[in-house]
Amino acid sequence: MSFEKFSDTAVLLPLENVDTDQIIPARFLKATTREGFGENLFCDWRFNKDGSPKPDFVLNQETYKGSILAVGKNFGCGSSREHAAWAIGDYGFKVVISSFFADIFKNNALNNNILPIVAEEQVMDRLFKELQNDPATEILVDLPNEQWSFGGKSYGFEINEYKKECLLKGYDNIDYLLSHKQAVESFEQKHILN
Amino acid sequence: MNSGEKRTLFEKIWDQHVIHSREGYPDVFYIDRHFIHEVTSPQAFDGLKKRGIQVAKPNKTIATADHNVPTKDQHLPIKEMLSRFQVETLTQNCKEFGIELFGLGHEKQGIVHVIGPELGLTLPGMTIVCGDSHTSTHGAFGTIAFGIGTSEVEQVLATQTILQYKPKTMRIEINGELKPGVLSKDIILYIISKISASGATGYFVEYAGTAIEGLSMEARMTICNMSIEMGARGGMIAPDEITFEYIKGREYAPKGEAWDEMMNYWKTLYSDQGAQYDKVLNFDANDIGPMITYGTNPGMGISIGETIPDQPGDASFKKSLDYMGLSSGERLLDKKVDYVFIGSCTNSRIEDLRLVADFVKGKSKAPDVNVWIVPGSKAVEAQAKREGLDKIFLEAGFELRQPGCSACLAMNEDKVPAGAYCVSTSNRNFEGRQGPGSRTFLASPLTAAAAAITGKVVDVSTLLKKEAHVI
Ligand code: SF4
Repeated sequence: MSFEKFSDTAVLLPLENVDTDQIIPARFLKATTREGFGENLFCDWRFNKDGSPKPDFVLNQETYKGSILAVGKNFGCGSSREHAAWAIGDYGFKVVISSFFADIFKNNALNNNILPIVAEEQVMDRLFKELQNDPATEILVDLPNEQWSFGGKSYGFEINEYKKECLLKGYDNIDYLLSHKQAVESFEQKHILN
Repeated sequence: MNSGEKRTLFEKIWDQHVIHSREGYPDVFYIDRHFIHEVTSPQAFDGLKKRGIQVAKPNKTIATADHNVPTKDQHLPIKEMLSRFQVETLTQNCKEFGIELFGLGHEKQGIVHVIGPELGLTLPGMTIVCGDSHTSTHGAFGTIAFGIGTSEVEQVLATQTILQYKPKTMRIEINGELKPGVLSKDIILYIISKISASGATGYFVEYAGTAIEGLSMEARMTICNMSIEMGARGGMIAPDEITFEYIKGREYAPKGEAWDEMMNYWKTLYSDQGAQYDKVLNFDANDIGPMITYGTNPGMGISIGETIPDQPGDASFKKSLDYMGLSSGERLLDKKVDYVFIGSCTNSRIEDLRLVADFVKGKSKAPDVNVWIVPGSKAVEAQAKREGLDKIFLEAGFELRQPGCSACLAMNEDKVPAGAYCVSTSNRNFEGRQGPGSRTFLASPLTAAAAAITGKVVDVSTLLKKEAHVI
């Protein structure tokens, strides 16, 4: 699956320090497959105890729609559960934009074809305001050129060469690692901790 | 690498494990020890099956069941269907792929970050990963240990290597003497409160200084354990005589000639004088008092006598206090507590249990508090019983449960009810972490013990003074 240039509207969640226990609470980690986690994305913010939707949570409103998630800083902190990235992807998000991501989450997102875009705080402020004023704001995401834009302004973002190639060409990490098998074996012969 | 270059401990171990490096690409990084558990491994094994490949080095992976297991009646089949299925899936996968498993009921079973060190599976200089963010615990032995996602678990199973970018390095020095009643848990809660829950993101931390050197291995593990709570990729402490003494004689530790050979290597594991870090922070141990958190991330901590700060206009901060049912300017001292949880990979080792037992001996818990003590492993449980700690807990009205993650993440039935306040020795106070709606105050085992006895948040150092206890 390749990651071409596209534009879409965004869902606004301007909270900071959103941890992976909020993205997908631990009690949903009992599955042994990768599918279906989207249903429980942000479960405790999204649903009451009886399963009814909480009307004031953004995912339960008609206002914000789209495959882009705009969030506050330090998104995805906490546990290493990849289930958080699976839940976000399974729900239908392809891009998450924040001023700051927790390391493990960022990695997990990239490993699941979700693009985390890091933007400067002032740009995030502008984006939040723009989305508050006009929820239909279109955001253009152009991975090949490492750019994104909204409201007539365009910004660069950083992604390392390898991850970009993975997203664009559908490279597989394990195939890449397996291609070093020979080197691993000669390493092990000399390795003191082997 | 020119040989005259001064390197940090982190760089020494990192450089030694890089198999392939290419500009713009992550390093192909060799892993010495891989721990797995029931929750984050099934999808990785599925991946191997889909590819039709085997585990590359089965003897470098060790499995246990901890996150999801009941902490009562472990001899019976797990009641909850999904949990049982997950544990059975792990058993099946380990059998199929030839991996050693310390499953439920096994004498070596326990929380993955408790059993690695106690079995001598965690050794200085190693690279260690696990599909769990608190893998940083193992850094206490001078290892590069970090948590990974399930796709990365699959990478390690398939190739014994992982794709990694080298993080930046940070040195945190804590010098000076700790005050009575202040434990290593207070040190790390203090640091995180100073630098925030994201203050070390992108860095690998080395802890150093006289306050760290004076700590036992178990106390060091508590510090490294919570490195991830400030966003760090991991945290480490250079190995020393205390480290070697701890490892010696443990079941999987090297013996005889192999031990001598390893010691020669381990003695090279320190940061060279004058090695450069990307960031250096200094703290004075004497500034640290018993700590407690008041919010919903571990950075929201105060010294136990302080008032809750204010952050006007910060919606996330307000949401957090609303969730906790607290307000700015309020004190936590004397706040009534409903639950006390002493457990988790942060504080469930024998020294933690001994400290608690020493404090509560001859006392009883406050009538309205539920107190759970969950040992980190079968070995800790057995040792506690040998020392008669179980009787002290029983007499105090505490409930001693069986090993597992338990109310640290409330995946099993050990849940703190909605709205209830829990003083917890675990590492996360996130919304709902200990059960939907639960409210967590993170603290040290001593502060937790004091809360159990008094039924409220108290400054344990003043209690100790009254009792003239020496800790
Ligand atoms: S005790 Fe808690 S933090 Fe530690 S491994 Fe288990 S769930 Fe994770």
